[in-house]
This record gives sequence, C-alpha cells and structure tokens, in this order.
Amino acid sequence: MYSFNYSKPDTIEAAREMMRSAEDGIYLAGGQTLIPAMKQRLSAPTDVIDLSSIGELTDIDVSDGRVRLGALVKHADVAGSDAVRSAIPALADLAAGIGDAQVRNRGTIGGSVANNDPAADYPAALLGLGASVHTDQRQIPADDFFVGLFETALEEGEIITQVAFPVPDRAAYAKFPNPASRYATVGVFIGVRDGVTRVAVTGAAPCAFRSAEIEAALNAEISARSLDGITIGADDLNNDIHASAEYRAHLVTVMAKRAVTALPK
Amino acid sequence: MSETEISTIGRSVLRKEDHRFITGNGRFTDDINLPGQTYAVFVRSPLPHAEVRAVDTSEAEAAAGVVAVLTGADLAQDELGGLPCGWMITSKDGSEMKQPLHPVMAVDKVNYLGEPVAIVIAETLLEARNAAETVQVDYRELDAVVGADKAQSALQIHAEAPANTCYEWELGEREATEAAFEQASHITSLDLHNNRLIPNAIEPRAAIADYQPGTEELTLYTTSQNPHLARLILAAFVQIAPEHKLRVVSPDVGGGFGSKIMVYSEETATAWACMRIGRPVKWCADRSEAFLADAHGRDHFSHVELALDDEGTFLGLRVKTIANMGAYLSSFASSVPTYLYGTLLAGQYKTPAIYVEVDAVFTNTAPVDAYRGAGRPEASFLIERITTMAAREMDIDPAELRRRNFIQPEDFPYQTPVALEYDTGNYGVSLDKALEMSGYAEFSARQQQSVSSGKLRGIGISCYIEACGIAPSQVAGSLGAGVGLWESGEIRVNPTGNVTVLTGSHSHGQGHETTFAQLVAARFGIPIDDVQVVHGDTARLDFGMGTYGSRSIAVGGSALSVAADKIITKGCKIAAHLMETEAENIDFDQGEFKVSSSNLSKTFQEVAFAAYVPHDYPLDELEPGLTEKAFYDPANFTYPAGCHICEVEIDPDTGCVEIVNFTAVDDFGRIINPMIVEGQVHGGLAQGIGQALLENCVYDDTGQLLTGSYMDYCMPRADDLPSFNVDLTETPCTHNPLGVKGCGEAGAIGSPPAVINAITHAIGIPHMDMPATAEKVWRAIQEKRGA
Repeated sequence: MYSFNYSKPDTIEAAREMMRSAEDGIYLAGGQTLIPAMKQRLSAPTDVIDLSSIGELTDIDVSDGRVRLGALVKHADVAGSDAVRSAIPALADLAAGIGDAQVRNRGTIGGSVANNDPAADYPAALLGLGASVHTDQRQIPADDFFVGLFETALEEGEIITQVAFPVPDRAAYAKFPNPASRYATVGVFIGVRDGVTRVAVTGAAPCAFRSAEIEAALNAEISARSLDGITIGADDLNNDIHASAEYRAHLVTVMAKRAVTALPK
Repeated sequence: MSETEISTIGRSVLRKEDHRFITGNGRFTDDINLPGQTYAVFVRSPLPHAEVRAVDTSEAEAAAGVVAVLTGADLAQDELGGLPCGWMITSKDGSEMKQPLHPVMAVDKVNYLGEPVAIVIAETLLEARNAAETVQVDYRELDAVVGADKAQSALQIHAEAPANTCYEWELGEREATEAAFEQASHITSLDLHNNRLIPNAIEPRAAIADYQPGTEELTLYTTSQNPHLARLILAAFVQIAPEHKLRVVSPDVGGGFGSKIMVYSEETATAWACMRIGRPVKWCADRSEAFLADAHGRDHFSHVELALDDEGTFLGLRVKTIANMGAYLSSFASSVPTYLYGTLLAGQYKTPAIYVEVDAVFTNTAPVDAYRGAGRPEASFLIERITTMAAREMDIDPAELRRRNFIQPEDFPYQTPVALEYDTGNYGVSLDKALEMSGYAEFSARQQQSVSSGKLRGIGISCYIEACGIAPSQVAGSLGAGVGLWESGEIRVNPTGNVTVLTGSHSHGQGHETTFAQLVAARFGIPIDDVQVVHGDTARLDFGMGTYGSRSIAVGGSALSVAADKIITKGCKIAAHLMETEAENIDFDQGEFKVSSSNLSKTFQEVAFAAYVPHDYPLDELEPGLTEKAFYDPANFTYPAGCHICEVEIDPDTGCVEIVNFTAVDDFGRIINPMIVEGQVHGGLAQGIGQALLENCVYDDTGQLLTGSYMDYCMPRADDLPSFNVDLTETPCTHNPLGVKGCGEAGAIGSPPAVINAITHAIGIPHMDMPATAEKVWRAIQEKRGA
C-alpha cells in the first residue's frame, strides 16, 4: 500500500467536496475490494474518503412495497434482517452467500454495486428485481446502471445513497460459486412481479445481464421444463482457468432451472 | 499421584502448546524485533526467463530511508556460494546429476518468475517497498520453458544441462520386468499428470538476522523445519559464516508441509545483508511472495503399465516419469522423485518385477521440492490408480484384486524389488476394517438411491504404503544423501526433579511439546507438566536433523527413549548407593527406584537431587549430574500403511463432486497420543482431497503464474470436506524401541487415489487427472453419455 490521505466526512456534501479537491480520490465503503487492491499496489489513490460516518447510508427500510437499503448496509445485515427476509427472501439468501463471514461483515451493497465486479452477486439481484440505484444526484434504473466490465453509469464523484427494490411476487437466486473465491462462476436471479419475469445472470459475462431467451420462455410458462432446449451462446461469455465459456453457458440454463425450481409457490 | 496421571502413553492428552497459541502468546519469527532493525524487500523478476543486462539501483539508493540496495553482483563480490542440493543422484549411464549454480540472487540471468534480483534495505518496510519499485532492471526476454512434459525438447535453460535434463535415473530390473510383461495375459496402462501444488503454510517464510561484531556471531531467526541443517548449509556451502559463529533459531513456526525444509535465497540474503550493513535485517514474505517463491510440490508426468496373469496376480510394473525440478535444484529436490518415489512402487503388493525410469527436468518455474508426502503421494497415486483400473478392466472387485496381491503377514520382513525391506504390516486387516466401516458391501443400494434422485455415485479404494524416518544414514549416504539421517535427544533432569527435554526434531504444528512430554513423563513416572520440551535453537542443543518425512516420533522419539534409558541406568546406580545395595537390585517403576524384595525406595526427585548435591554419592565411580543424550540412527525406514475408502456423489448437471463418506484406517504402529494422530490424519486427508478436487498450480504458456492468490488457487475449506471416519490398526515397528511409525503424511498420501477411484467409478471412465474440477467432471459425463 502506498501512503494516502484519509478523511472521514459526516455528510454527503462534505464527501463530494473532498473528492473535488482530491488529486485522485476514491470513496471507501466496506473496502473489501479496494483495500486488497491498494495493499497489492494495484490501486493507488491519493485520497481515500471513508463514507462510513454518514449515518443515513446505513438504514434498512421496508415499506410501501419497497425494500430500501442504504448504500452502506452490510451484506450480513441484509442476510440477518427479518424485514428483508420476509419481503424478499431471495435477497436475504443472496446476501448470506456472498464471500465469507469476514466479507459479509464489512462489505456493503453500495460498494458492491459501484464496483460492478462481473462475478458479484448483487448486480443480478438489482437486474432481476428491477431495482433502482439512488445517488446524491438522481435515480438510475438497474437496467441502465451496469454498463460494462467494472463500469457503471455513475458520474465522477457521484455517491450511491440507496438501492430500492420493488417487492416481487416471487424471486429466487441460484449460484454456482467459484470454489476458490466463492464469487459467482454463474449466478441467475429470477424475479416475478405483476406477471412479468425478469432473469438476470452474473458471473458468466464481463457484466451482469438479463437473458432475453430465458425471460421469453418463462413469460410463456414459469417452469423449469420450459427451459428445456434453451441454450445460451458462449461467444461473449468469460473464459478462464476456472470455467470455459461453453461450461458457463451450460451453467446459465442449469442455474436458471434451479432458480425457477426454488421460486416460492 | 494416581496411576492414570502418570501413565500417559496412548492417551489423548490435550496439547500443551495450544494455550500459548490460542491466547496469542506464540512467538513467531515476525514477532521478534531487535533494536536498530531494518526491513528488507526483494526486487523479483517479473519474467520467467530473461537475460539480465543491467541492474540500476541508483534511484533506489537515493530514496528516503534506504540503507542499502544489494544485488547478485554484490553477493558474487563477497564470494558467497550458491544454494546446494543435498542429494546427489546418479543417472543410469553413471553420470552425476547436472547441478547448475543456484545463485542466492540472480546475476546475469533470471530463470523463474519471482526470482530475487536485488534486496532493498530501509528504515521502514514502506520505504523499502517504495524504493524496491524504483530499481531498474534491463531484461532481454527469452522463451519460457513451462511444462515438464515438453522441457526436453525446449530451449535450453542452463549451459550445464542439455535437453534441460538434470538426470535420467532408473531403479529395479529392466529385463526381469520386460520378461514379466511378455508372460502377461492382461496389461493395463495409464498416462497421468500428478498436479503441481503450492504448499501454503499459514505462516509465510520470514527471517531476522543479527550480527554482533564484537564476537563475530551471526544469529538468524527463521521459519525453518531444520535449523541445524540450515546452519550447516549456510556455513559449509554458502559460507556465510563459520558454523561455530552462526546460530540459527527457529522459534514457533506456523506450518511447513516440507516447504520450510529448504534453505532459500531470501533468508540467506537477509543474513548476508545484515553482516554487510552491520544492523539487524528483517524480512517477512507476503502471501504473494509465498505463492511465487516457496518450493512447489509434485508435478510428475508418468506413463505406467501393470502386467497381470489371468487370475489378476501382478507380474510386473513398468513406470516412466518426467519430474519437474523447476528452475534450480532446491535443497532436497533430487531425492523426491527417486528415493522417495521409485522405492515405493511395490506398494502393498507382491509385484515380483518392477522397473522405473525417472527423468528430472528443468523448467522456468519455481523450484519444486518436498511437499507433504514428497514422492510417496506420487507413487501411491500411480499404483492405486492402475490397480483399480486393472480390476475394472478384468471385472474383478478392486478390493478383491488388492487382497489377491497383498504381501501377507507371514512374508515380513519383505524385500521389495525396489530396494526397500518392509519390516511389518498387515494389509488385509486394514482393508477389511475399512470395507466394513465404509459399508462397502451395501454400496449398490446407496448407488440405486443416488441414481433415482438423478445423481451418480461411486466408491474408490486406496491401499497405500509409505516410508517414514528416512534411514539408515549409511544406506542413504551410499545412495547420494549429503547428510546423516539420525536424530538427537537430550534429557536434563533438573535438581528439583523436573525435566528439560531437548529434541533435534522440530515442531511446526505437530504437537511435539505434548507427544514428547508424554513419552518422557510416562517413562519416568512424573507428571507431564514436569516436562518441558525444547527445540529449534542451534545454541540450545547439540545438533538435530529437524522434522520432515514423518520422522519425528520414529527417529526423534526413539532418540529420547534411548536417552531416557541412560537416565534410568544412572539413576539406578545413584539409588543403589543411597540405599546401600547394588544397581542390579534396583527396579525403576512408576517414578520410584525400589530395592527388589524390600520396601526400600527412593523417588525420582530424591535421586535427581542427590545427583546434583552429591554429598552422599559414589563420586569415585559416577560423575555428578543427571543429563543424558542419545544420537539415534534407525536401522530402517518405518512403513505406515493403511486403507482409505472414498465415496462420492456427483451432480451430473454441474459436475460437482460431493464426498459423502471418507474412511481412513491407518497402521501407524504404536500410538502415543491418539488425538494428535487423528488431527494429523484429518489434516493430511484435507490436503490429499484438496489435491484431488481443488488445488492446482497453473502457469500459462508464457510462464506467468495464473494461480498467485487464494482468488484462483483453491485451498480446501471445512465445507468442502465430510466428517471423516477414521480408525487405526496396529503392527508395531520392529526396529525402533517405541514400535512407532509416524503419521504426518499418510493422509495426503493415501487419499488422492481413493477420491479419483471413486469419481471414475461413478462416471464409468478409466481415468481423470487431478484436480477433478466440476467442469472436468461435467465434460467427462457429457462425453460418456455421448459415446
């Protein structure tokens, strides 16, 4: 790790001001990606602006058909929240399966979403539930938020304040974890609301995406059987020492079937 | 004191050292800080193979806090030697193995990714790190030689080693084996790769060196499994300091698995730099450095053939192996694929003719050396795989085929065709017990159940043998070993009757402070808390050979047993004097020296006191004091053996393998502490199953390490493993005083073939290389279904 300036503002306005005046600043949420990258000197910000003292970012609110998670809500808090679990059990389950206990007790939803790791779990939930990302500037629908590999719609200095999930009728997440990192080799999140099924895939490609083929099949009939014969093209999928593109493509349909089977009745 | 308190042999005494460790009071190398210490960071090669045209240290030398920047050229100027390999292997043509110079830091060429090029020493770690980044090295990149299987036809790495070949070794009888194959009615053959592993001890390597110019004494605190051996190598070969002025201390060490046997560049350069700058220097590897520069394990390519008659009797075994040495010969690398591998190829079977050829090759990868099992897992994998394959091909139950070929109890001592003489064993008993514990007979019912829920199920057997406590010294010497293979033990009975035990073996997790204390406490009939075990400091004990190859109890424990005998013999003489009789009338039992057929006795403590306060003492016949030592050189290896049975269930949709049951029945001879033994078995099984399913070191075609962190190198975790089903059988070792064999490596040796035998059984295929990842298993199922 290189030396850097550290600050811990109390308000969003102060954080933005610090970012503006920094030469090469970065926001720190849970630090589960940033700190290891800095320790390996792969990331070398001049200024680290720690958001953890901004109290409003840690709220969990379930009301009016929405689950609203402050950007600094930790994965363990989502997994352990009775309110979240009763509203969207699949979301609580997803959070409970992120990384390991240490990661879940430091890592935050805002940090995960802003980082947009191609194998992170949360992007699948946001896309599959049609969530919106609230920032200090605006609201961004999940469909517009995840742009590419580690790339989002966030502008320079923009701060995520909250992620709002509409409560679905039914939802489920099925994940095939990488045995080493426990990130998703492939994860499929299915959300059903008002008769419309959304299917989001993470881990398989450079960026989480919605699968039009699987959505079409499930919008015709929500059953694992309706996915028989559906194959996902491997051309644009990730190919590495852990899984070939072809295997990932196969796992997308397998995980989609498992998610369908896991949908609450 | 009650009898149960005294006799602790065979009891699961809780580990004496654990209170220290779990309360944070362990003292590891990095916990040691010395006044005025500096911090070292290494500049490492980012290329696996390149000429070094120039190293420019000027910017680093001028950087804040920098004390010195030293390179391979500075080392050469001080005329330091290279790092030696301690076992000379002779090729089948009679030539000696090729041993290219293994420089402490590279001078004009780098041969593996992460090879040290310079050491930067600064006032703080941060300053050292920052300065290290400014060292400019001008490289001319060369093609990298990566795979051992292709090394012999690739670009030559070392001038001394044409075709990148270190040696071409053979063992056994070629002609007799050829003849056996001609007689065979069935031949099973197999090509396999025994996957390359990275050791991953929880504590990375570290060193802190301190030089006292007044006495010219250099002290090196370091994470070594064998501090005396490190001192010998540093003094005699590297010539860093003479042996009597060099102290090596190996304090608490957090795991080794073989990777801390070796004398490495970094510790050596740290010690040398300390003398150069006249201040203490500290270095502690980070995890990334451990992945790059700890000696790796395994990496064998083998072709194996087994000849059988029509009854399934083994007639001959023929093996050709290419073993990866990495870029240089590490400390004991040459012995691993030869005398720790070829000699084990008889396994538990009466194969009459065996012939093995091993080509050791250099590649542009990190050096490869001993790793938990060292050669024996490679041998066991190959034998237990080919045996199972043969059984399936001949439609004989794999358990039955093994039983037909076992060396029988009445055959011991049994001379194998590959040099070893097994002293004892009973392989049928451990097989039977494991079959019963694993519910082998009822497997097909469980398989039906799996099939009805859409899963595949398989069961695999492995009947392994290994050799521990490598010995005797004269035989090892005649085969090329550069060191003796005895062990020392010293027992100091203090005047108050408690005991300090010094052992030349070294504990880095094995629990010696408990096992050895149990051994001595039981012998003297004193409480275990009255025994303190000391190890790991060349200044505190005469000499020791350290811990590797599961040798500690068989060799180190036996040395202590002999030393204890000497204490009792002397104690009897002292007691005889005190009670005015002759020593032959004294019986020592449960802590008391008793005069036969009388009620006279002296306690152990009374005799100890008399030895040090010799007012009433036979000074004309006996020296005062009660300290004895022994150097024990075993007559033979010990031969732990056993049977492991693995049962798996496979999800055909994903290829995920779940180990649903794992049974291990091991014969380690006599057991001192069953809990510690069971812990060793559990740890060994975790590592063996890790190799079979998860762990894999991958360099890409250009020699870059793709598995350089835990994000990509998969260590087994608790939730990858079942609750193990373990038990023991016992045939005591016939040639050591304790009847013990050793248990540290067996789990890692026996388990991998059991896992692969189970997976191939479930899928119905002949073979799968390790690790059996989900994708590999899924593809095999697809192919099988397509076929």
